[in-house]
Amino acid sequence: MTTWVPTPYEVVTRTVETHDSVTLTLRPVAESLPAFRPGQFAMLYAHGVGEVPISISAIPGDGTLVHTIRAVGAVSRTLHDAGPGTVIGVRGPFGTAWRLDDAEDLLVVAGGIGLAPLRPVLGHPAKRTVLIAGARSRQDLLYQDEIAQLSDVDVVLTVDHGDHDWHGRVGFVTEPLASIPLDPDRTTALLCGPEPMMRFCARTLLGRGLPAERIQVSLERNMQCGVGLCGHCQLGPLLLCRDGPVTGYPMAEPLLLAKEL
Amino acid sequence: MTIPMTDLDALPLLTRLSHTQRAAIAGVSRIETYEPGTRLFEEGGLADQCWVVLSGCVMIDTVVPPRGRITLQSIGPGELLGWSWLVPPYRWHFGATVVSPTRAAVVDTGALRVLADEDPALGYQLSLILIDALLNRLQATRIRLLDLYRNPS
Repeated sequence: MTTWVPTPYEVVTRTVETHDSVTLTLRPVAESLPAFRPGQFAMLYAHGVGEVPISISAIPGDGTLVHTIRAVGAVSRTLHDAGPGTVIGVRGPFGTAWRLDDAEDLLVVAGGIGLAPLRPVLGHPAKRTVLIAGARSRQDLLYQDEIAQLSDVDVVLTVDHGDHDWHGRVGFVTEPLASIPLDPDRTTALLCGPEPMMRFCARTLLGRGLPAERIQVSLERNMQCGVGLCGHCQLGPLLLCRDGPVTGYPMAEPLLLAKEL
Repeated sequence: MTIPMTDLDALPLLTRLSHTQRAAIAGVSRIETYEPGTRLFEEGGLADQCWVVLSGCVMIDTVVPPRGRITLQSIGPGELLGWSWLVPPYRWHFGATVVSPTRAAVVDTGALRVLADEDPALGYQLSLILIDALLNRLQATRIRLLDLYRNPS
């Protein structure tokens, strides 16, 4: 039943992250869905409007679901605007998760809203974790207070456009990526953001000696059914709702050059 | 202050150099520390040195009336700051200000040029290092032109 029929969840909290993004915490109205793993996504249904795929952006472990939503269309705008008490339909968990089993050093590279699916891995007990996060401006950076509290993570924040109040980096994420201390033999890299960003980051990492097998990316297309049946999310040989979103770079590399959605 | 070799040996930027070549670079470099707000150079000024940032952050800027001084890019640990010394007229195209406590290797670029002239193998490796740094900067700038993080709506 959980695959096809949305399970009712109620918005418990709504936290404004940026001018166009909010984080919703959802509590099951009755039955709850199986546990999500970092990198997986849910189909969130705004009643009477439609359904969109949204990654899990935290795993509190208390049965609630946490999603960060950027308002980019009619459905995501409705979800973005949903206040506490609103009931949302949820299907999932769907897709593949970040593979962290053999990760000694963890390198997390996020761009824009791409930080949301990576947020749950920041607590993974790696020997060393580095987060490089890029955004358009200081105002567009997600989870700023939370990131400031991260004590076991080396954090590099970079924006495209700096202002007088910004004392972090100005530039693209590939720049710190090219110069940070990195042990290619023990690093696992997780990339999430616009596809060109992931392409360029992966190339930078390959240039630094990181094996392609240790690079994972998150790919997204038009996810609809969530279980690899409808075919809307096909990308080459993959049905991304089932075989993705998290994909190894050796598989993803040629697909990232696909010219059409 | 003389630059410790451990600082240079640890830089990914210089991995293509041998220890001996890095020692030669150290011979024309010194360590400096800077407080936030320190102005390293001004647009139009004589470009006779460059920096490799070891820790901290430096912002490259330019003046755009009436917006004032606009930050274009930051230079962080392990990155090279300044290459206007490479080609005539040896004048800085932009300005640079330290924004967090910064420790950097300051290279006397006149002496570096002499080293490269006297040892073409070192000169060739230095050229590749500079081209690599320039390419990274150029490609990152091109990607920023795409405005990838813009909300499609």
